[in-house]
Amino acid sequence: MYQFSGKLKIFSLALIVLGALGIAFSFYSGSQMTVESAKEIIANQSHGNTHGTSHDKVVKSHSATKEHDTSGSHAGTGNIDKEMSAHGAHGDDSHAEHVLHQLQNRPWSAFYVALFFFLGTTLLVLAFYAAQRVAQSGWSIVLFRVMEAITANLVPVSILMLVFIGLTVGHYNHMFSWMTPGTFDPTSENYDAIVDGKSWWMNVPGWAIRSVVYLLLWNLYRWFIRRNSIAEDTANDGFKTYKKNYNASVIFLFIFMITESMMSWDWIMGLDPHWFSTLFGWYVLATLLVSALTIIAFVTIYLRSKGALPKVNDSHIHDLAKFMFGFSVFWTYLWFAQFMLIWYADIPEETTYFLARFNEYKLPFLGMVVMNFVFPVLLLLNSDFKSVPWFVIIGGIVILGGHYVDVFIMVMPATVGGQWFFGIPEISALLFFLGIFIYTVFSAFAKANAVPLGNPFLQESEHFHYYNIEHKGEGSADHH
Amino acid sequence: MELSKVIHAFYTDDEVLLDAVKAVKAKHHHIEEVFCPFPVHGLDKAMGLAPTRLAITAFLYGITGLSVAIWLTNYIMINDWPQDIGGKPNFTWWANMPAFVPIMFELTVFFAAHLMVITFYMRSRIWPFKEAENPDPRTTDDHFLMEIPVHNNEAELTELLTNTGAVEINIVDKH
Repeated sequence: MYQFSGKLKIFSLALIVLGALGIAFSFYSGSQMTVESAKEIIANQSHGNTHGTSHDKVVKSHSATKEHDTSGSHAGTGNIDKEMSAHGAHGDDSHAEHVLHQLQNRPWSAFYVALFFFLGTTLLVLAFYAAQRVAQSGWSIVLFRVMEAITANLVPVSILMLVFIGLTVGHYNHMFSWMTPGTFDPTSENYDAIVDGKSWWMNVPGWAIRSVVYLLLWNLYRWFIRRNSIAEDTANDGFKTYKKNYNASVIFLFIFMITESMMSWDWIMGLDPHWFSTLFGWYVLATLLVSALTIIAFVTIYLRSKGALPKVNDSHIHDLAKFMFGFSVFWTYLWFAQFMLIWYADIPEETTYFLARFNEYKLPFLGMVVMNFVFPVLLLLNSDFKSVPWFVIIGGIVILGGHYVDVFIMVMPATVGGQWFFGIPEISALLFFLGIFIYTVFSAFAKANAVPLGNPFLQESEHFHYYNIEHKGEGSADHH
Repeated sequence: MELSKVIHAFYTDDEVLLDAVKAVKAKHHHIEEVFCPFPVHGLDKAMGLAPTRLAITAFLYGITGLSVAIWLTNYIMINDWPQDIGGKPNFTWWANMPAFVPIMFELTVFFAAHLMVITFYMRSRIWPFKEAENPDPRTTDDHFLMEIPVHNNEAELTELLTNTGAVEINIVDKH
C-alpha cells in the first residue's frame, strides 16, 4: 500500500503556508487602496493607450463623460457597462472609483481564479470517473483509485467555495457587479434595467442557494461513490454493489451536466451580467475536462514512478495522453466556435466581451490558443510520444498553464479589467490550492487499496494493451 | 524464366497461424506472404514487418492542404479583389482570418484523407480491374495461407509446417 511520504507532506504544507501568507499580504495591500492611490495609478498609466483600451466599455462611457458630463445618463452606450452605470454618476471621481474597485477586486479575483480552477478540475475528474463507470470501460479500472483520490480535493475546495459565496453575498467584495445595492431599484442611481430584466435568475438568494445545492450534490456523489467503491473490493455479493455504483454514476452524470451548465452561468458568466453565450457551459466544461485528464495523467505518472501502481502500463498512459490530445482539440473547437460566431456577426452587446479581452489581454488571450491547441497537437500527435511519460509531462504542463490562463481570462476582465497582472496574489493563490491538492490527494490515495479488486473489468484493465505501442522493457516478441 | 517453388501451408485458426508464423521465424525461414480473410492482430509484429509510414504522409498532406487553403483565401479575398463584403475587414489576411478557418480546416482534412487513401492504393497496388493475386479462394473465407519459398528443403519445411498444425500443405510452382 502507498505511504504518503513525510517529505511530500511537508512540501504540501509549506505550499499552503506560503500561499496563505501571500494571500493575506495581497488582501492587506488591497485593503490599503484608496481613491487617491487609484488616481495615482491612473496618472502613471499613459492614459490614452493602456487605459483607454483597457476596458472597451470604459472607452465608450469615457467619451460619454467628456461629451455630456453626465455619465449617469448614458442610456445607449453606457448600458453595456454595468459598473460604470453603477458608479458613473459621481462626476470626476467616477473613473478613479472604478479603478479603485478593480484594484480592490484583484486579491479576490486572484483567489477566485485559482479556487475555481482547482474546484472545476477536481469536479471534472469526478465526472470523468463517473463516465468511465457508466461506459463500463475496460482500460481505466486500474486508474480508478487515482481518480477517486484526486476527487478527495473536492471537499476542501468546496468548503472554501462556500466561504467565498458567503463573503460575496455579504458584500465583502465587488466581484459580481449585479450584486451592487440598488441595481434592481428603479429609483436608485445604480439601477440597471438590463440586469433588472434578468433578476428572476440573477438575484442574491437564488444565486447563493443554487451554489450551495451544486456543491452539495457533487460532494454527495463523491462521498457515496468513494465509500461504495471501497466496499466493492470486499463485497462479493454478485456485483450488487457494483451495479449500485453504476446506477449512482448514471444519475450523477445527468445531474452533473445540468449543474455544470448552471454553475458556469452563475459563477463565471454572471461576472459579465450584460453578456451571454449559449455554449458557455460546454466551453467551461471543455477547459476543465482537458485539465482534469492532464491532472489524472500527472498523478498517475508520479505514483507509478514511486511504484505505487504496479498494474499501470504504458498503454494506460498512452490512452490518457490520447484523451488530453482529443479534448485539447475539443476545447479549441468550442473556443473558436464561440469566438468566431461573435466575431462574425459583430453584434455590439456580444462583441464587447471579446473586445475587452482582445484589447487588454492580448498576450494571454492569444498565447492561450497556442498553449492549448498548437503545442499539444504538435507534441501529442505522434503515437510513440504519447506513451513516453516525459512527453506527457511536458505537454501537460503547457496544457495546465494554458487552461489556467483560460480561467484567468474568463474572470479577470470582468473584475479587475485593465488592472490585471500575474503577481503575488495570483501565484500565492495557486500555491495555496496546489498545496491543498497534494495534501488531500495523496493522503486519500494512501487510505485505500491501489487496485480496485472487486471490479469485474479489472482483469481486462490489467492486460490492457494498445496494439500500436511497445511497452517499456518489452520486445516485439512479447506481443500477443 | 526459371521456375521457383513455394510451399503453401493452410491453417483454419488465426491463433494457430500466429504460433506457426513465430515457429517458422524462429527457424529463420523467410515468409513470402500470409493470406488472411480478416486482419489478425499482432501478425505484422510476429512477421517482423516494418511499421507503416502512412500516418506521416497524411500529416504532410494535411500541411499541404492547409497551405493551399491559406494561399487560396489570401489570393482570392485579399490580393485579387478585396471587396467590402458585409463589413468584413479585407485589409490583410490576418484581419479576416477567423472567416477562413472553416475552409482551412476542411481543406486540411480533405487533402490528408484523400491523398493518404490514394497513397494507400498505390503502395498496395489496388485499382479497378486489377487481377486478383489470391492463390486460393478459400483464403477469403475461412482459411489462412502461409507462403514460403523452397530452396531444396521441402522435406524439412513440410515437417516443420505439419508440426505447427497446418491442415494442408501444397508445393506449388510459381512463375
